[in-house]
Formats: sequence, structure tokens, C-alpha cells
Amino acid sequence: MKLIKRIIQNILAHLDMPLFLIVMALMGIGLMTIYSATASDGFWKLDKQLINIAASTVVMLVVARTPPQTLMRFAVPLYVLGVVLLIGVALFGIVVNGSRRWISLGVARIQPSEIMKIAMPLMLAWYFHKHESMLRARHFAVATAILLIPIALVLKQPDLGTSLLIGAAGFFVIFFAGLPWKIMLGLGAAAGAAMPFAWNMLHDYQRRRVLTLLDPTSDPLGAGYHIIQSTIAIGSGGGFGKGYLNGTQTHLEFIPEKHTDFIFAVFSEEWGLLGNGILLILFTLLIGRGLMIAAAAPTMFSRLLAAALTLVFFIYAFVNMGMVSGILPVVGVPLPFISYGGTALLTLMLGVGILMSIHTHRMLVKK
Amino acid sequence: MNDFHHSEQDSDRFRNRLVIAGSFVLLCFALLFGRFFYLQVLQHEYYATRAESNRISLVPVMPNRGNIEDRNGVILARNYSAFTLEITPSKTLGLEETIDQLGEIVEIQLKDRRRFKRLLEESKNFESIPIRTRLTDEEVARFAAHRYRFPGVEVKARLFRQYPENSLAAHAIGYISRINTKDKEMIEASGHGANYKGTEHIGKIGLEAHYEFELHGTAGYEQVEVDAGGRAVRVLSQTPPTPGNNLKLTLDAELQRVAEQAFGGRRGSLAAIDPSNGAVLALVSSPAFDPNLFVDGIRFDDWDELNNHPDKPLLNRAIYSTYPPGSTFKPLMALGALTTGKRTPGQAIADPGFFNFGNRRFMDDKVGGHGMVDMHKSIVVSCNTYYYVLANDMGIDNIARFMGDLGLGRRTEIDIPGEATGILPSPEWKQRRFKKREQQKWYPGETISIGIGQGYNAYSTLHMAHALANVLNYGQVFRPHLVHSITNPTTGEVRMVEPQPIRQIALKREHVDVIKRGMAGVVKEGTGARVFAGAAYDSGGKTGTAQVFSLKSGQKYVAGQVRERLRDHSWYVAFAPVDNPKIVVAVMVENGGFGAQSAAPITRQLFDYHLTGKRPGGPAPEVDSPDEEEAIDLIQESTDEAH
Repeated sequence: MKLIKRIIQNILAHLDMPLFLIVMALMGIGLMTIYSATASDGFWKLDKQLINIAASTVVMLVVARTPPQTLMRFAVPLYVLGVVLLIGVALFGIVVNGSRRWISLGVARIQPSEIMKIAMPLMLAWYFHKHESMLRARHFAVATAILLIPIALVLKQPDLGTSLLIGAAGFFVIFFAGLPWKIMLGLGAAAGAAMPFAWNMLHDYQRRRVLTLLDPTSDPLGAGYHIIQSTIAIGSGGGFGKGYLNGTQTHLEFIPEKHTDFIFAVFSEEWGLLGNGILLILFTLLIGRGLMIAAAAPTMFSRLLAAALTLVFFIYAFVNMGMVSGILPVVGVPLPFISYGGTALLTLMLGVGILMSIHTHRMLVKK
Repeated sequence: MNDFHHSEQDSDRFRNRLVIAGSFVLLCFALLFGRFFYLQVLQHEYYATRAESNRISLVPVMPNRGNIEDRNGVILARNYSAFTLEITPSKTLGLEETIDQLGEIVEIQLKDRRRFKRLLEESKNFESIPIRTRLTDEEVARFAAHRYRFPGVEVKARLFRQYPENSLAAHAIGYISRINTKDKEMIEASGHGANYKGTEHIGKIGLEAHYEFELHGTAGYEQVEVDAGGRAVRVLSQTPPTPGNNLKLTLDAELQRVAEQAFGGRRGSLAAIDPSNGAVLALVSSPAFDPNLFVDGIRFDDWDELNNHPDKPLLNRAIYSTYPPGSTFKPLMALGALTTGKRTPGQAIADPGFFNFGNRRFMDDKVGGHGMVDMHKSIVVSCNTYYYVLANDMGIDNIARFMGDLGLGRRTEIDIPGEATGILPSPEWKQRRFKKREQQKWYPGETISIGIGQGYNAYSTLHMAHALANVLNYGQVFRPHLVHSITNPTTGEVRMVEPQPIRQIALKREHVDVIKRGMAGVVKEGTGARVFAGAAYDSGGKTGTAQVFSLKSGQKYVAGQVRERLRDHSWYVAFAPVDNPKIVVAVMVENGGFGAQSAAPITRQLFDYHLTGKRPGGPAPEVDSPDEEEAIDLIQESTDEAH
């Protein structure tokens, strides 16, 4: 009994309750919505997502108990491993749906770009932490290089959504490390100037997504179909929604990818503006809690990592809801903690675990 | 301390940036909430409507087309249910491949493909088009097992139009066929657009066309919930269709059969009317066609054969083909003479065998003439000279006015489309008909040949039967009609097509009786006597011959020397019994020779069946040698003025 009590106490000691409750609430909404979206296919997706949640929660708890100093030790090896695997993907990757994203490691297929979502902020946070006392312009240059190498590899796959998330994660670290505003403005201008070249580098389907965003009706049966149907779902939900399990757009199969990337349309149709408001509040609380953790973080490494990971959650949520409601182009970004899928959830919960670790270990560092 | 300060500065800047980031997050979420508010509150109505129209589809439910039956209840047009295999081109992955692969499961012949191609050209991409009709149960089962392989292909149970008597009365009944662009415009223009949303067939000719809106019925609607693939998930509500009305005809199918068989495939037409009410008893155009061929899109080779056949089976000769009536015109001329007071029955002329007018000589058929000829004799022996003189005395205006009154040269308003007006010659008609000034002038000499039913005169058999019926009815005119009554199958309500007289011609009873006696005389002792020998009833008639081949001056017409297609058209108009006629008929056999040769024997068979129930053993025989030479207009011309 004592042992169990101690174990529970130990676990609770590294659990950030506000963060935990918010994430659990989001995953609960996710399960509920996945059930509605996949009711016609039976329960197996729901079961699988429950397992995903359980597994990733265990990972979260393990990471939460791991001190940031230990996490820091993983930064360089994880980053190097990630880059090596990405190169491996480029050379020997498996093509699925026209993109080369997966690599076979004998027993399992993995998606190395997913590792990068964590490895990137870890690596950059470690790098700035190491050079904390004497940050110069060249450090920012090196950091940019660290950022751009994997992004280029992921863009090449091609996977716009993931490269966006990795890029955001890395950029936030650099931003919080104190990248001067002048340089940021300069980079922004340069990026603007580079737009035409970037446009030429995009794949046809990526360009089409952008064009479709500008005018979804230009291709109502093709690329525009997703956006048109999801905005119809959201709009027809009205103030209070059509009621749980009553979304016609969902249940009559008008919404594509309804349990993964477009799950927000399902939720929004059935719960209306009220549901959306609650969801936005939950995400705001999640991000607010993350930023508080970052503010209270004692070291350069932990504060950069906490802030960057928190804003990655924001990018996930904003890009997903933005694309489903038709104000951002369609990129493959899931709605965090809600969309069906084990890999994304694992990555997200790893991030939550890191935030908890940073927060629950802050006193130890100070002492 | 410096380090600490530096760190403190860093920390401040970090907090600063956290605040900026937090504000940015709030700003972005506010933007999202604004978007949600816009979609879900401001634009809610619009998107709710779109979701509903996504979800709900109105599917028209076709009404049953009304049946057509004859006066005794013999079914002439009905519906039966059969399975068709249909393709919606826009939903297939590849049209050609789909058809090829379907061909491995159910038999698809080249003709099916051809028909499909033709229908495809006429319809829109999202319409479902039959590739095969009348599938067997086995074929339906076989397709069902492979269904998943064929997006856009469906088996549908459909009602098909069937004409169980095949070619019987085909021209009168008509047929239905797939709606084309022109039909669609007609439907829209007539305001029936909504009712025809799901209708694929429409009456093209005959009663099927004339009574289209009676037969069609009212479409019902099913409100169905559909999924993104367009599959119906469930029926939300249903408005059942109202079936079309049934038509009961005045036509007697058995009489029609007797009449058609009497033609024995010869080209020609027949119109038989009950003079007391205008009811059409038989309406024959020979040769005929099988209307069943048209129902699900006629095959190209069938169409080719029907359309290019030298006998033109698709032509409805009874109402559309007009010919000079020849001597069948004479009784009407005689009545005109009495009515206009130009002749009395007893007034006689001496017939020298010709009539000189100006520098032209109009010949009688009998060399030396018929001697003294009064009105009765003029009809019985068909004396040309009597009518040459009469026409000249009456004048073209009187003739045209009287014949127009009788119903010639205008549409009879029969209830099937495609009727010809015919040609009632008059100076006004000539003015309208011709462009050149010199052709527009009416020459008095032209009036002479009008008197014996030649010249510009041209009428259909329906015209002649109608005109004679009007005479026998003492001037009371009934619109010839094929439909006796219209029945609403739902309510059982029956609407009679009332035989209301539409107008009255001023005819005197005693004048009509002179004509009747004359025509009875033709059968008793004149040109019709041989054909009607031994008939169990008395009848009146008049033979006629319409000239096809123009003879040169002085040449004698000898039937055997003229090739078949150049032989004269054989006419016979008749009624029976003489007192209180029950049936009036006009028969015309193209290239049938003189009147008593082909047309009269057909009439005999028709009357025998109608009045005594006697069925003929076979087609009406041709009478090979004339009782007396039929009068045809042989005009000796000494000038080069020809019509």
C-alpha cells in the first residue's frame, strides 16, 4: 500500500494539474467527435484512439518525471538522428499518396519528420542555452542553418504541413532567444521578395491549394470541395449546432477526412458557435498555461523550449481551424489532441510531458 | 553582477516577447472566432440552406401513362414493367471502358451501343441513359453481383409503352419516343415543364401526341436524403404520382384490321366515319409500321428501312397525302348545282362526247357521248360532259365556296396532328399559291377540269369521307374524332368527347336525297355494280380515278401499257345503308388503276364486315376489267397552255 501510495505521489509530483486537465478535456472532446465522425464504420477507430491516448499519456508521464537536464542530453543525438533519417527517407523512403515521408526500419515504418517536431526545438534551445552568455549574430545564423536543413528535407518529401510546424517550432526558439526585431523585419522582407521563387518551387497540388483558398468555387468538385463542404458544415451548425450525432454534412459523408484533419468541421457542425467558443477557450487556457510555465522556467534551455512548444500547439490549432473554416490553405495539420491518429498525439503529449517536466523541476534547478 | 544584470535583461526581454506572443495568440483566436461568428451567425441561413440542398434531393416519380383502347375495349397501347441497364455518363470512370466491361456481364450488341450513342448526343451528361433494355432476371442477378465495379451504372425498373396490336392503326395511335430538344422546348412553352422533370418519353405522332397531356398524368415527388455520393439514404416524404387518363376510341379495332388486311400491303388510305356524329371507325394508311420499334429509341437500321422504303410506311396517307378526287367529286358538284340553283334534277343535257371551250376540246370517256343525261344519270354513268358544262355554268367562285362549306380545302380538325389542308382551287388560292403574275391569273378553262375532280383539286381520304358525311347528315357538321371518351383511372370520372355539331351547312333534304339516289344507282347499275353484286345491304358509292400520268393529246389511256407507279390512283367513296347511313368511307389506292378496280373491292369488304359481320378470306381482289371505262380527264389541247 505504501509503495503504491508513494508511486502515486511520485507521479502526481511531476504532473501539472491545470495542463493535465486541459489536455484531458481536449482529448475527451476528441474521442466524442471521433465517435460521431466514424459511427458508421464501427467502434474500432474509437478503440484505437483510446489506446493511442493511454500510450501517449504514459509517455507524457515518463517525460514529465525526466529532468530537463536529462532532456537536454538528448538534444543533439535526437537532432542528428532525425536529419540522418530524413536523408534516409529522401534516398530510400516509401512513397505513400505521392509523398515520400516514411522509412522502413525492419520492424516498423516511422515518419522521421515527426521526430523533428520535438528534436528541432530541443536542439535549438540547447544551442542557445550553450551560448547563452555571449549571443552574437553568428549564433543566430548557425541556428537558422540548423533550422533550414531539416525543413528543406521535409519540404522535398513533400510535406508542407509538417515543414511548417517544424519551421514554426524552430523559429519560436530563435524568436524567444532574442532575435533582434530589425533582423526579423529584414528576414520578413526577404521572404516577401522570395515569394515568387518559392511559388515556383511549390508542387502543383500545393499551388492549387493556395489558389483554391482564394476562390474555392473555382474548382468545386476538385480541390475546392473540401473547403466548400467544411464551411457549409460549420456555417450550417449555427449558434448552438445541430446536436451531437446529428450533423448531416458529417453523417452523409460530405466532409472528407472527417475524423482526421477535418474533424473540426464535424465538431463545429454539431456544437455550433458555442462549441467553437469552448474549444477556443480550452486552447487559450492550454497556451496560457504553457506560456506561464515558460515565464517561470529557470534556465535558458527550459524557457525557450517551453515557450516554443507552447506556440507550436497554437500553430497546430490555428492552422487547422483556419484551414477548415476557409481562411488558410489546406495543409495537412491535425487539430491537436482532437484529430484521430497516434503519431501526432504521441508528439503532442511528448511536448506536454516536457512542459510538465520543466515546470515540476524548476525548484530543483533553483536550489 | 554584470552577468546577473545581463541575465536579468535577457529575462525581461523574454517576458516581453512572451507577452507579445500571447497577444498574437489571442489576436489570432479572436480572428478565428470572428470567422466562426461570420459563418455560423451572419451567414447561417445561407449555409443551412446549402446543407439542406446537399442533403435533400427531390426525385420525380413518373406517373403511369394512360392506356388506349378501342370502342370495344381492345387494348391498343399499354405499359409493362421491365428492367433496364442505365449509365449516368458523368458518374462513370470512363464511358467506353464501362460499356466494354458491362459487355462481359450482359449482352450488349452493336445496335445497343449505337442507340446509346445517339441518345447520349441528345441528353445531358448527368442523365441516366439506357444501354440495354428488357434485361432478363438472370442478367439482372449477374449485374447485381458485379455492381461495385460499375460506378454510375444502375439497373432500373421502368415502365415501357407497348402496342400489343403492333402495326394495327399505327398511324392513328402514333407512338412515344424519347424527349428531344424540340419536345423540351414545346413542354416548357406549354407550361408543363415541372411535370415533365423526370419524364423521358413523349407522344410523337398520332393520338399519343395529340392527347399527350391527357395521357401523361401528374408526376409525384419523393424527397430523399442523399449522401455525398448521390445515393439515396432514406425517403423523407412522398407525393405519389397521378396516373394519366385512359383513352377510349371510336375506332373499331376489328374493322380497322379488316380494312388494313383488305389493302394487302398496297399503298393507299381509308377513312371510315359514322356520319351521325363524326366518330372515326377506321383510319388506314397502308403500308404501316410497328410503333413498338420507336419506344426505347429506334435502331438505326430499322429507322433507315422505314424512312427510305419506297412505299413510305411512316407517312400517314389518310390525313396527309392529298390527291385529285377524280369522279368522286361529281356527286358533290351535283349537290352544289342544286344548292346554288344552277340545275334541277330533271334538267338534262345532250352529251356529244365532248365539250368545247374556247379553242379547247374537253373529252368524255365514252366516244360519241352518253346521249341525254340528267343529274341522276350523270352520277350513275359518271358523265364528264355534264360536269364540264356544269362547272362552266357554276363558275369557280361558286364551286370553291360550296366545296369549302362542305369541308374541303381546310383541316377537318381531327384529333391527331399532321393533317393536310388539301387544295381547293379558286382564283384567291392561285393568287396565294403562285409568285409570278402570269401564273396567278385564273383561266376560265381551268374551271372546266375542276368540275370532274381533276386539275388543282387535291384532298385526303379523310377530307372526302368528312365531306360526304356532312352531305349525308344534311349539312350538320361534326368534327371527325378518334377519341370517344377520356377516363380518369383514379376517380373513375369519364369525360365524353361530345359529338356536338360544329356548324350547319345550308343544304336541302330533297337535294341530298337526289345525290343519295344517284350514288345508290352507281352501286345498283353503274360503275360499282359488279363489285357490290350480292351484297346483303344496299349502299351508295362513287368511283373515281386520279390521273398520275399525263397523256399526250389524243393518246388513249390503256392501263396495261403504263408502268405500275404511273397507273392512276383508284378512288371510291361510299356509304351504307342508303337510308340512315351508319358508315361513310373514302378509299384511295395509289396506282390502283380505275376506281372500281382496287378501291371499291376494299370498301365491299369493309361494309360486309361492318354491316353483316362477315370476315373476308383475304385481301380485296383487284377487278381486272372495267364495267365501263372510267372517266378521266382527257383534255385535247390545241394551245400550249397547260397547268
